[in-house]
Amino acid sequence: MNIARHTWFMTVRQARNLMREPIWIVLLLVQPMVWLVLYGQLFRNVTRLGGFGTTSYITFLAPAIVVMNAFFGATWSGMSMINDLDHKVVERFLATPASRFSLVLSQIVRSALTAAIQAIVILVVSLALGVRVHTGALGWLVIIVAGILVNSSFAGISQAIALLTRREATMIAVANFIGLPLLFLSTTMIARSQMPGWMQSTARFNPVDWGVRAAREVVLPDTSWGTVGLYLSLLLALSAVTAAWATWTVRAYQRSL
Amino acid sequence: MDAITVDDLRKRYGEVQALDGVSFQVREGEVFGLLGPNGAGKSTAVRVLVTLTYADDGAASILGHDVRREQNAVRRLIGYVPQDSGVDQFGTGRENLMLQGRVQGMGGRELRARTTELLDLVGIADAADRIVKNYSGGMRRRLDVALGLVHHPRVLFLDEPTTGLDPEARVAMWAEVSRLAQAESLTILLTTHYLEAADQLADRLAIVSRGEVVVEGTPAELKAGLRGDAVHVELENGAVDEAQRVLAGVGARPEQVIDGRTIVSRVEHGGRALPGIMSALEGAGIAVASVSLSRPSLDDVYLHFTGRDFTAEDRAR
Repeated sequence: MNIARHTWFMTVRQARNLMREPIWIVLLLVQPMVWLVLYGQLFRNVTRLGGFGTTSYITFLAPAIVVMNAFFGATWSGMSMINDLDHKVVERFLATPASRFSLVLSQIVRSALTAAIQAIVILVVSLALGVRVHTGALGWLVIIVAGILVNSSFAGISQAIALLTRREATMIAVANFIGLPLLFLSTTMIARSQMPGWMQSTARFNPVDWGVRAAREVVLPDTSWGTVGLYLSLLLALSAVTAAWATWTVRAYQRSL
Repeated sequence: MDAITVDDLRKRYGEVQALDGVSFQVREGEVFGLLGPNGAGKSTAVRVLVTLTYADDGAASILGHDVRREQNAVRRLIGYVPQDSGVDQFGTGRENLMLQGRVQGMGGRELRARTTELLDLVGIADAADRIVKNYSGGMRRRLDVALGLVHHPRVLFLDEPTTGLDPEARVAMWAEVSRLAQAESLTILLTTHYLEAADQLADRLAIVSRGEVVVEGTPAELKAGLRGDAVHVELENGAVDEAQRVLAGVGARPEQVIDGRTIVSRVEHGGRALPGIMSALEGAGIAVASVSLSRPSLDDVYLHFTGRDFTAEDRAR
C-alpha cells in the first residue's frame, strides 16, 4: 500500500519536473517521428527481398519503432536517478520511511509513461503515413504495452547501473554499448529470414526482439495471439527481475554511505 | 528517558576509522552540539543515528528505539537536515515540503496547513511557489530545515547547518535554530566546526576528534575546566625552552607550543599577571614578537584536550 502511494507521489514529482522543460517535451515528441520517417525512407525498398510479410516497409517498421524508441529511452532513464543521487535527494528520502522500492519504481514508471506517450505519437503518425494495424484497437494496445514492457525491463537495468556507478560517464558508456548492438541483433529493421543464421539465433534471447515480435504480430495479418502472449509475458517477467535488482542496488548504495 | 543514546559506536571506511568508540547521551529538550574539525567523525555519527548507515559495532537509540532494529520508528521520530542540501531543485519549495510530508504519512488539509506554517516559520513564504533552483544559498538552507521539520519530529539532526552560508546568513541561521528549538520544543543535535556556533547554541556539547569524544559538558563547564586565561607569547627567535622556564617561574603554566615559536600558557587573572610576564621575559633577554591574552574559548578547550590547534586541523582537511 505504502509502495503504491509513495511510488505515485514520487512519479508525480518527476513528471512535473519534466513538464517544466519545454525543450524536452518537444524533443520527446519529435524524436520518434524522426526515426519513423528516416528509417522508413532509407530502407523503403528492402521489402523486395521478401520475408517481411508485407510490401509496405513502413507498416513493417512502425510497431518496431515504438519498441526501439522505448528501448533507447530506457537506456537513458538512469540519468534522472544520477541527478537525484548527485543532489542528495535520494539520501534525504532514505532517512524517511519512504518505501525503498518506490524510489526506483517511480523512475521506471516515469520512464515507461514517457515511452507510452511516444508510442501513441508514433502510432498516430504512422496512421497518417498509411499504416493499418490489422487487429485494430486491441493491436494498438498491444503495441503500447510492448513499448512499456521493453522500456521498464531496460529502465530497471539503467536504474541499477545508476545506483551502482553513480556516474554519468559510465551511464552514457553503457547506453552506447548496448544500444545499437541490441537494435541490430533484432528484427527491428529487417525480416528474420534476411538475417544471418547466428544473428537469428542470438536475437531469440534479445528482449528488444521480444517486444518487436509481439508488436509486429498484431500489425500484420495472421496474428498469433499465443506468440503475442508469450513475448509480453517474457517481458513482464524480465521487468520484474530488473526492478527487483534495481531495488537491491538501493541497498548497495546505502551501504556505501 | 534520553532523547539520544550513543554507546561505543565504531565504524571503519577502508583504512579510515571514522568512529572509534563514540559515546554520549542527549537529554530531551536539549540542544546538543557535536563539535570537531572536518573529518572528525561527526557526520558519520549522525548518519548512523538517522539510519542512513550502520555502525560496525556499538549501539544507538532515539527515544528508546534502536536505530538498527527499529528503523522506521526512528525515521518517524527524527528530522534530518543533511550537510548537503537534499532538495529537489526542479520543484518549488512548497512541492518539496508536500512530498516530504507525504512520505512521512501526512496528507490533506493537515499537510497543507503545516507546509504553509513552516514556510512562514523559516521565512521563505514569499518564495514558496518558486523553483528552488533560483533560491539563494540561505533560502535553500532554510528550506532544508523546514523539510526536516514537516512531520513534527521530536529530535532534529542538523548536520553543519551553516555550511556554505556567508557570515551574515550564518548568524541568522544560528538565531533561527535557537528559535526553532523553542517554538517546536525539539531536541536538537547539531554538528558544527564553528566554535562560536557551538558556544552560542549548545546547552551541552561533546568535542569529537579522530573518531572519539574527547570531552563533554556545557560550554561554560568546559571553559571553566581550563582554569585561567590563555597567554600567547610569540617569540622573535626560537628560545622556546628558556622562555618556558621563565614563564613557569612567574606562575604561568606553559601548555602548548605552536609552530615552534608561540607558547600558550595558562595564568590565573591574566590581566594582572601580564606585566610580570613581560618584565620577566625582558629580564631574561628573550625577544618577544607579540603577546596576547584571551579569556578561555572553545578553541582553547580543543587545544587543551586534543593537543592540536583547531583551526589548523580544520583547514588541513
